[in-house]
Amino acid sequence: MCGTCGCGQNDQPIRILKPGEEEHPHSYIHAHEHSHGNELHVHSHDHEYAHSHDFEDAHHDHEHLHEHKHGEGQHDHVHNHDHPHSHSRQIVIEEDALHRNDLIAARNRGYFDAKKLFVVNLVSSPGSGKTSLLEKTIAALKGKAEIYVIEGDQQTMNDANRIKAAGAPVVQINTGNGCHLDADMVHKATKKLEMNENGILVIENVGNLVCPSLFDLGESKRVVVISVTEGDDKPLKYPTMFQTSDICIINKTDLLPYVDFDVAKAREYALRINPKLKFFELSVKTGEGMEPWIDWVLEEVKGLS
Amino acid sequence: MHEFSIALSIIDIVDQYAEKAGASVVNEIEIEVGELSGVVLDAMEFAMESAIKGTIADKAVIVLHFLQGRGQCLDCKMEFDLQNLFDPCPFCGSFNPEVKQGKELRVKAINVD
Repeated sequence: MCGTCGCGQNDQPIRILKPGEEEHPHSYIHAHEHSHGNELHVHSHDHEYAHSHDFEDAHHDHEHLHEHKHGEGQHDHVHNHDHPHSHSRQIVIEEDALHRNDLIAARNRGYFDAKKLFVVNLVSSPGSGKTSLLEKTIAALKGKAEIYVIEGDQQTMNDANRIKAAGAPVVQINTGNGCHLDADMVHKATKKLEMNENGILVIENVGNLVCPSLFDLGESKRVVVISVTEGDDKPLKYPTMFQTSDICIINKTDLLPYVDFDVAKAREYALRINPKLKFFELSVKTGEGMEPWIDWVLEEVKGLS
Repeated sequence: MHEFSIALSIIDIVDQYAEKAGASVVNEIEIEVGELSGVVLDAMEFAMESAIKGTIADKAVIVLHFLQGRGQCLDCKMEFDLQNLFDPCPFCGSFNPEVKQGKELRVKAINVD
């Protein structure tokens, strides 16, 4: 099954490419056909974007039973399809739904450890300045440490091209419609990067503060970026991301005189969720506050060898 | 919609266990979803309904067990209901809970023929 849009086809719209490897950068076509009962519906994405959902799902008559047992802190949702039970057996599984991802993440982590790589999973909402931060970080690390980048975006090679121009080896993952990177995508992208020991790998996740929080990629540290043009209550709105992060970068501090963002409040909110969170306040644009961040990265790399 | 990729992982797990058991049909899938798991219950339900289509669990009943968040304050050691990761301890007011329950996102059991 396609893991992106959920249609019943094994087609993999996820592409992992180095800059220059793209074959049809302007006419990417990905079409899925799949049937529900006797109906057929087709997804196709190209420049004349055609998308039709015309299925009437007649065979899925079912009742919804919602049982609420509040006092016990538990309520069950039961979907009852009518089907006969015979010789049925109960198999106890008790397996975490993300177990497979976590296994691959653990494998990635083992590889990174053996290679003495310091790996950052860089997460944020779109537009908070992850790619610009990376460009400046690459420039600042020149001659001090080798840095590699995996770029995650739904579409385009734009960010990979920017990183390549900044001087770091890069692989772009286009997730298609996917809203996050998973450990397997990173595993495949890592193979293409051919990294040396004692370096830094930065995985720039898809701009999204929700979904990437649940997917361990095998990183050493998770770094969440917020910018002062966003609301200072972002940590409260997206608590899972702040809870699973190690570092919080507050970017675009040069704009503080012009916006209502309260840095102290944002820090307090984030610390409510994650008392261990460390902060860097900086402006990628002016370079103010970049030094402590670069020093921290270099310290972490040193700690691995 | 990370719920959909999670639903697909669940189907993978179900598939593997069903095959190991020599099952021909999966009648029921029981899943535990914690209040603090980062997954929306309704979205999970919807994603599972789509994800089972065309699989060995095509007609399976999806049973979602909702687990309420419970936390223990690391400062005063009291236990309390935790609806959000940023809730203060109702006893001492500090923001330092350890999540005791509610992070679950687990395939609990399946019923097969």
